[in-house]
Amino acid sequence: MRPFRYARATDPAGAVALLAGSPQAAYLGGGTNLVDLMKLDVARPDLLVDIRGVTSRSIEELPDGGVRVGAGVSNSDLAADPLIRHRYPVIAQAVVSGASTQLRNLATVGGNLLQRTRCLYFQDVTTPCNKREPGTGCSAIDGHNRDLAVLGASPDCIATQPSDLAVALAAMDATVQTLGPDGGRNIPLTELHRLPGAEPQADNVLAHGELITAVDLPPLPFATRSWYRKIRDRASYAFALVSVAAAIDIADGRVRDVRIALGGVAHKPWRATRAEDLLRGGPVTEERLHRAAAAELADARPQSDNAFKIPLARNAVVRTLLDLAADTR
Amino acid sequence: METEVTLRVDGVDHRLAVDTRTTLLDALRERLGNTSPKKGCDHGQCGACTVLLDGQRANSCLALAVAHDGCEIVTAAGLAADGLHPVQRAFIDHDAFQCGYCTPGQIVSAVAMLAEAAAGRPSAATFDTPGDGPPDGPVDLAADPDEIRERMSGNLCRCAAYANMVPAIQEVADS
Repeated sequence: MRPFRYARATDPAGAVALLAGSPQAAYLGGGTNLVDLMKLDVARPDLLVDIRGVTSRSIEELPDGGVRVGAGVSNSDLAADPLIRHRYPVIAQAVVSGASTQLRNLATVGGNLLQRTRCLYFQDVTTPCNKREPGTGCSAIDGHNRDLAVLGASPDCIATQPSDLAVALAAMDATVQTLGPDGGRNIPLTELHRLPGAEPQADNVLAHGELITAVDLPPLPFATRSWYRKIRDRASYAFALVSVAAAIDIADGRVRDVRIALGGVAHKPWRATRAEDLLRGGPVTEERLHRAAAAELADARPQSDNAFKIPLARNAVVRTLLDLAADTR
Repeated sequence: METEVTLRVDGVDHRLAVDTRTTLLDALRERLGNTSPKKGCDHGQCGACTVLLDGQRANSCLALAVAHDGCEIVTAAGLAADGLHPVQRAFIDHDAFQCGYCTPGQIVSAVAMLAEAAAGRPSAATFDTPGDGPPDGPVDLAADPDEIRERMSGNLCRCAAYANMVPAIQEVADS
């Protein structure tokens, strides 16, 4: 690991100021991804600004019935929180489906959203990678790409976003609060991560030094019935090949509202708005679900090793919503 | 770049100067001579380095010592300060290891897991039917080996002694 300086921030504005003056500096939260990437020489910060003491570790109810989650809340505490478990079970379930308890105890909510892709080539400094070193090429397109994207990829990068939490938050219409050198702003979770395009080095829209301070969840009463289905190569402790976060509101046998987001298929959590639009207003039948899922995946483009993800994602959407609707149709 | 930190390890305070790059695992093993936590993968994937960090299990290979100044660490060795911990006893009784390299991490993890389940903290196995979230309250590990397997999935065992770890942990959970 390369040498670096360490500083402990005492308040959010101070943390932002420390990073603003150091282009190679990085925030340190739980460190579960960053420290690993530093060991691999993928991340090379010259200064770590420890923000665990400055971002909120509380989860509180908002006046509108929503919930605000401090960015410093550990992944474990988020999943165990009664407000989250009861109002947004899909979020708690997504969190506990990722990593291990040892990692979730260290990892923070803000850091979870900003974790880097687990593309093998991004993590291997001996190989070309446009995300790690722009302009060097993508090793995955002609390499091992079984785990990688089928939606929204570019000729420069086919990496996937690895966070399960981000997928559930995308389905719940969460908003991320940030503080940067130019002040604060709110970013819809679905607009936090970006598609790779010609600049795959940028995972998200945050500026250097922009700090996630909280995640706001809007009220969504029907999310009390929600589900996160994660499909992976082993039963536990693996990243998703495909995942689905879903909630459905059925009244008089018809879909009044529905939320669907996909993980493991793109450079960002993939909110399935096309499928949602097709499902609203009609009954929950297997045929309609298949049609909606097919429409959502219509633009999917496989790589050499991951064509299986397209039918897998379609079927996962259908199965998840059928299971969720089973008691209420 | 060196910084002074204080670590309380298995009940004893240690003041030491560490390079900012030093992980808790390296501080424990290389600086303090506590070789109970093991270095397996050194990337947070195997769980052999698991310790209790301020009461919660954590991968000590990914925690920087400089960021944990003043913390309290308990290793598997510290669990045996007053004779074997019930989980250690059960691992011996059930022959729940072969080479033993992952065992200190497994044991710390199991001890933490018993407390987490008693406190009602959910695992992926707690969400077993689509729909409403799982009920509140303690999780009965003795009755649900799938809960034990899921909650221990961050600790790998290359000898695959899992088959005996599950009943060892069930026995402690049941007592």
